[in-house]
Amino acid sequence: MWEIKHSKPATFYDRFERKSGDTEITHYCPGCGHGVLHKLVAEAIDDFGIQDRAILVGCVGCSIFMYYYMDVGNISSSHGRAPAVATGVKRARPEAIVFCYQGDGDLAAIGGNEILHAANRGEPITVFFVNNGIYGMTGGQMAPTTPLGQKTTTSPRGRTAQVEGPPIRMCELLSTLDGPAYIERVALTDAKHHMRARKAVRKALKNQMEGRGFSFIEVLSACPSNWKVSPKDAIQWVEKNMVPIFPLQVFRDEDKHGATPLCLRHGTSPERKIPAGPKIQESAVRGAIAGGELGEVSMKLAGFGGQGVLFSGLALAEAALREGLQVSWIPSYGPEMRGGTANCHVRISKSPIASPLINRPSSLMVFNQPSLEKFADQVLPGGLLLANSSMVTDIPDLPDIQIVRVPAYEAARDLGNVKAANMIMLGAYLEITRAVAQEAILAAFTDNGMRPNLLKANVAALEAGRRIVSGTRLQNPQLRL
Amino acid sequence: MRQLLKGNHAVVRGAIAAGCKAYFGYPITPASEIAESASMLFPESGGVFIPAESEIGSIQMLFGAASAGVRAMTASSGPGISLMQEGISYMAGAELPGLIVNIMRAGPGLGNLGVEQGDYFQAVKGGGHGNYRTPVFAPNSVQEMCDLTMHAFDVADRYRNPVVVMADGALGQMMEPVEIPQTAPEEPDKPWAIRGDAATRKNLITSIFLEHHVQEALITKLEDKYREMEEKEVKWEEFQTEDFDIIIIAYGICSRIAREAVEMARAEGMRIGLLRPISLFPFPSKRIRQLAGKAYSILVFELSSGKMVEDVRLAVNGITPVELLRRTGGMMPTSEEIVTVLKTMERECVGNKA
Repeated sequence: MWEIKHSKPATFYDRFERKSGDTEITHYCPGCGHGVLHKLVAEAIDDFGIQDRAILVGCVGCSIFMYYYMDVGNISSSHGRAPAVATGVKRARPEAIVFCYQGDGDLAAIGGNEILHAANRGEPITVFFVNNGIYGMTGGQMAPTTPLGQKTTTSPRGRTAQVEGPPIRMCELLSTLDGPAYIERVALTDAKHHMRARKAVRKALKNQMEGRGFSFIEVLSACPSNWKVSPKDAIQWVEKNMVPIFPLQVFRDEDKHGATPLCLRHGTSPERKIPAGPKIQESAVRGAIAGGELGEVSMKLAGFGGQGVLFSGLALAEAALREGLQVSWIPSYGPEMRGGTANCHVRISKSPIASPLINRPSSLMVFNQPSLEKFADQVLPGGLLLANSSMVTDIPDLPDIQIVRVPAYEAARDLGNVKAANMIMLGAYLEITRAVAQEAILAAFTDNGMRPNLLKANVAALEAGRRIVSGTRLQNPQLRL
Repeated sequence: MRQLLKGNHAVVRGAIAAGCKAYFGYPITPASEIAESASMLFPESGGVFIPAESEIGSIQMLFGAASAGVRAMTASSGPGISLMQEGISYMAGAELPGLIVNIMRAGPGLGNLGVEQGDYFQAVKGGGHGNYRTPVFAPNSVQEMCDLTMHAFDVADRYRNPVVVMADGALGQMMEPVEIPQTAPEEPDKPWAIRGDAATRKNLITSIFLEHHVQEALITKLEDKYREMEEKEVKWEEFQTEDFDIIIIAYGICSRIAREAVEMARAEGMRIGLLRPISLFPFPSKRIRQLAGKAYSILVFELSSGKMVEDVRLAVNGITPVELLRRTGGMMPTSEEIVTVLKTMERECVGNKA
């Protein structure tokens, strides 16, 4: 039993406003496949009762004005980007039924990367890909899907494999990916193939409703105007010239429900959940800066990458924070990034810090010889140079600078923990300057979740460093900067 | 409670506090920590994170999420921001809010990872095709990396326009104490968005207007928005502008170095002030013009071949000499070098005042 339906799907607007003067017809040329496919999609949306939930992401090409016909949520995207736009929509509104409608220039050329990755992520969206082997809207230029030998306005001698490469097959390409759930190619030729197309369109939308994953339907469709054949001959043109290149078949049909991104299975949460930061313990013990006994610290720490230089500086900065001080920490920048040193600048002050960058440090902690050579003459007169004498062996004569040598590697070896050299240096620095309290450093370690055995090792290293320089006092405690 | 955070991490904390629900991004130094932090925190905060296939993908996903009415963002550095210009133009044309964070590096091309401010024109003059602008906010501290990110979402929603937060590698990588706000202004209703429901089914998000008079009407509407921003959204900060002979104008990390230079110069008895534009578009032109009337000369300090200086000169309109101190390629003048320049300027300009 059958009946002929003459009614318009409810998902179509009553009046098509695109073409002025006639509100009954679309802007498509006679014989074009877009109108048929629009109707198949609109009927499926009607039948599934998803009109309110449906969001169409249109493309650039002849179908750009599809929003004049489809009474659904409409988003017009830039050329080729519809799958990325649809990804954003679907992730934001998991309950929406999001579908892209793209031509072959849009999807297979400029949008090649976007479709590839949306498919590979298994975005649970639906993509309708209309392949007519040519750029329609811009007037018949060669597309990546144009058959070999076909003359177009940009392949006037006919497409050749040697010059333009052979046509690209998107279904086959996407079938190499694990992400997609459903891939099928159909053709709008005779009645039988229209019915196959109808079935594929419905399945592709149904898949999304049921959360089965990414669905991709390629539809071979005629473009009589740009092929320069009659609408009737165009159907035969599809059968003769396109179907042999683009075989009609199901390439993939799997339920990828389990692969659906978690956020889409559970939805996004509308309320604001601000993540709790780390617990910050205020230090009960105050070091020399907070206690007003020492001016502010402006310090460079430098050494090889891997020596824990940045971590030493960070420990100092975290401790200062816990003593209620102003602080800044910045890793190597600009030309300082070169030349075999990793370094950071630490400023600690009771008043707001103007610049986090330091040209003339009041103290310099160096872990290797190149760092000494690079930064030693920047130290302010009256400043402090703390050198890891295990590696910094050649210290020039620096008048006005207090030089303290700490054999950090030997000391670390004695502790049975060669990685602790940076904490030994820091311990020595604390002993001499008492800039911040050791308790504040330990509070920072605990707050940041340091494991007890590591904490213990670091305490041992800090104290070993203190012992090495025991009795050494800062010669110029009121140094500014 | 203050916590020590990198500037790039503070951006993410601010975004979540502002109710941002979607992050789309592609890695690039020196902005990658933003994506890394977002990948950890967004899913824990009821949001989504997608490592996009490219910056073109990032900005288009942002376009999609914004169309669907949720707060969304991306971040990158120069090369990636250039790829996003297509999408930013479409967002402006379709009147979509969204946040783009640019942690600038040195350019053109791949350039290097050094601290530079060479993306100024791209950000403040509308970096893509067509007639549009984006508000641009330039933090100069880690706290502001958080605060201005939050503010940017409010401005984006208020005007339905993409907004740029523009910082540099130094601000992105450095750590300072930050207080993360626990409350934020309510997000406005977005009746224009498409949520996949009956109430918003008739909505259309598009930037194509074939009829010339309709396109012109859109541009006029955009221009009205930008004029309103110039009335209401200008932000700047002043330091030591009660009395001055010379005023320095610097933004971002440069304003921090300049502030130190002002302190040093004042300690030597020089009368120097500092104006820091916080919004680069809309630019604090009116205030600069006022101050220029009282200054003997103006020193613009920026890490580019001289971009913001053009906006300063437009604002000053010839009434006061405007000098430029700049470095590029990742090179960074010191505060001492700024003071040296100020001394020369003082001799030349202030010396003439008698």
